[in-house]
Amino acid sequence: MDIFKLIDDFQKVDGDAVGRLEYATRRQFMNRLGGKIATVAAPMAFASIVNKAFAQSAAAVDVLNYALTLEYLEDEFYKAGLGSSGLIPASDRAIFTQIGKHESAHVAFLTTALGSAAIAKPNFDFQYKGAFADVFTNYNTFATVSSALEDTGVRAYKGQAGTLIADPQILEYALQVHSVEARHAAVTRRLVASLTGNTAMKGWITNNEGAVPAIYAGEDNKMQGGVDLTGLSGKSNAAITEAFDEPLTKEAVLAIAGPFLA
Amino acid sequence: MNKKIETSKTVEKGEAQMLSVVNRRLFLRSAGVATAMGAFILGACKDDDPVMQGDATVDLGSGDTGVLNYAYALEQLEAAFYTQLIASPYSGMSDIEKTILTDIRDHEIIHREFFKTALGNAAIQDLEVNFSSIDFSNRASVLGAAKLFEDTGVQAYNGAGKLIKNADYLLLAGKIVSVEARHAAVIRDLLNPKTTDFAGDDIIDANGFDKAVAPGDILAAVKGYVKTTIMGSNVGK
Repeated sequence: MDIFKLIDDFQKVDGDAVGRLEYATRRQFMNRLGGKIATVAAPMAFASIVNKAFAQSAAAVDVLNYALTLEYLEDEFYKAGLGSSGLIPASDRAIFTQIGKHESAHVAFLTTALGSAAIAKPNFDFQYKGAFADVFTNYNTFATVSSALEDTGVRAYKGQAGTLIADPQILEYALQVHSVEARHAAVTRRLVASLTGNTAMKGWITNNEGAVPAIYAGEDNKMQGGVDLTGLSGKSNAAITEAFDEPLTKEAVLAIAGPFLA
Repeated sequence: MNKKIETSKTVEKGEAQMLSVVNRRLFLRSAGVATAMGAFILGACKDDDPVMQGDATVDLGSGDTGVLNYAYALEQLEAAFYTQLIASPYSGMSDIEKTILTDIRDHEIIHREFFKTALGNAAIQDLEVNFSSIDFSNRASVLGAAKLFEDTGVQAYNGAGKLIKNADYLLLAGKIVSVEARHAAVIRDLLNPKTTDFAGDDIIDANGFDKAVAPGDILAAVKGYVKTTIMGSNVGK
């Protein structure tokens, strides 16, 4: 989520943040593939950066806690869904349990980084001010909201990537979470397609089609890197839009996520 | 994008290497074979000839151009795989599978052609692939390879992100990597439906993170699928 912006803000109040982060974590990060040392060390190294920022900027704390708020949102959504008796059929529990596990891990990562400054969990309105009133009693609604949240997450992360370009290790973190969100999105989209009989809905996003227009606005883009891909290799416009996922600005994500806050 | 970087160097190096191989063969082989090799030299000398790359070497180049060529190389590999897969479907391919795999083929071709167009003269030559280890008549073999290619693609883009210096290119990589991740999840779900495999513990760590792998490790991992030798030691540098 806004972890990217956060780091940028930290840089403003703590100009040496990235340097120290690189110093502290280079070896652990490089060895990430190797084992659990990296898993344990990463949040601690991150925490030292965050803590210094706290001392200087309440604004940075606000931004970081906002990111945590969004992670809480996803985590709590799956906890509530998995805890709603009779909602998720036994055949699909493994999928949502796995997604929930990842969201919990993302929350744990951020709360460890924040330490005592982490905000308490907010109250959420998963009924989205009434729009998803049956979200925990109607499985179709639950799965649809899940896929919408995941697609939003993919776009939110992507939209902040450029901000992190000077913070290579945090950028890499962000990318590593970003692609997990995309895996979640693909599998939940296919579930929704199956549940609703919508054969046009695939693991990937076709044009700007979707249950919530704001979440899919701009996904029908066919201009990439200054190249108009229309007609490229004789492929359809639909395929061209599927082949590229589009970003969302922070403002757009906030507008989408706002009604989930109680 | 910059259409000048690295191109001439890469082409010259490739041609020099090819000519060296050809000359060696001319000395070693009979006159009859040498005549055939003569045609090979003429073909190889054309800058835009993508066909005769028998045991050629390509250098991806340096900086952002190197990263883009790295992506272009991986997309070439994926596109070639899915093209062959759809041209000779495995026995028992369901309609749903065919639709999914055809979609993915088209996405990979679009990615490949996008990079080729965007890189212009800086684009590497067409790679010659080697899928001899894949049994295209066998579902498990084909989908297993698809899973490997998609997971590798995700890890490659994740690992390359921090090497990119231009924010527009970084965003482009971001736009593609999430589509590769969607492919990976769907392929994994075809192999093991309704399980945790779409984002399995074999690839997602305890922090809920996908892997990020450096170009050198990715190129070593895909080496067996490419006849062309790919040199990527300067990617992002």
